[in-house]
Amino acid sequence: MKLVYFAWLRERIGTGEENRDIPNHVKTGGDLVNWLATLGDEYASALAVPGVIRVAVNQEIIRHDELIAGANEIALFPPMTGG
Amino acid sequence: MSALIKIAVQAGVIDTYALTNALEKSNLNIGAMASFTGFCRDEGGVLTALELEHYPGMAEAKLNEISHEAATRFSLDALTLVHRFGKVVPGEVIVFVAALSRHRDAAFDGARFVMDYLKTDAPFWKKEHRKDGSTGWVSAKDVDDSAKSRWK
Repeated sequence: MKLVYFAWLRERIGTGEENRDIPNHVKTGGDLVNWLATLGDEYASALAVPGVIRVAVNQEIIRHDELIAGANEIALFPPMTGG
Repeated sequence: MSALIKIAVQAGVIDTYALTNALEKSNLNIGAMASFTGFCRDEGGVLTALELEHYPGMAEAKLNEISHEAATRFSLDALTLVHRFGKVVPGEVIVFVAALSRHRDAAFDGARFVMDYLKTDAPFWKKEHRKDGSTGWVSAKDVDDSAKSRWK
């Protein structure tokens, strides 16, 4: 699975993009955030407050309780601050 | 008639005069144009630049979606929306939106609707670069969420 990260999430994790095999028990956006947080200190630090993390599947934002099934690309990022 | 919608996400300087000029001449049935220009501030001399990060692909798609939603909702005749990415220095334009319609209410509402949705829904992030060499990501504001809720 292609995972992409932006802004301070990208900086804390230390990469903007990576490919990872997602375990079967990771079914929702929230599952993904919680699972990634176990992968190391950088991830734990980036995802310390899961509630603020936005998850986008194929460039569409999903809620944390929505499924990630069918994703080609999943993006994680902080609340947006454009404009 | 469907609205003439133009969106862009660009690294280059946004020329609001050229954009406005092009719109003014686009359609003789337009009675009103309302525009909003968002600039990079220097925060009282503290800031040297803002770095704008975006999610390529999704950023353009979101701006397009918000623009079409506004055009439909307010029966706009034309809408132009341009957002910068990369480094922007104080005084430069970060975002420009112009909404055109036969009457002023739709134009005002259209421009405001686009900005309110863009703030919370379009994947852009700002990082401050300060004179003292420090940097920091700008935090999202609750006021932006409540601004969007006015359109529910």
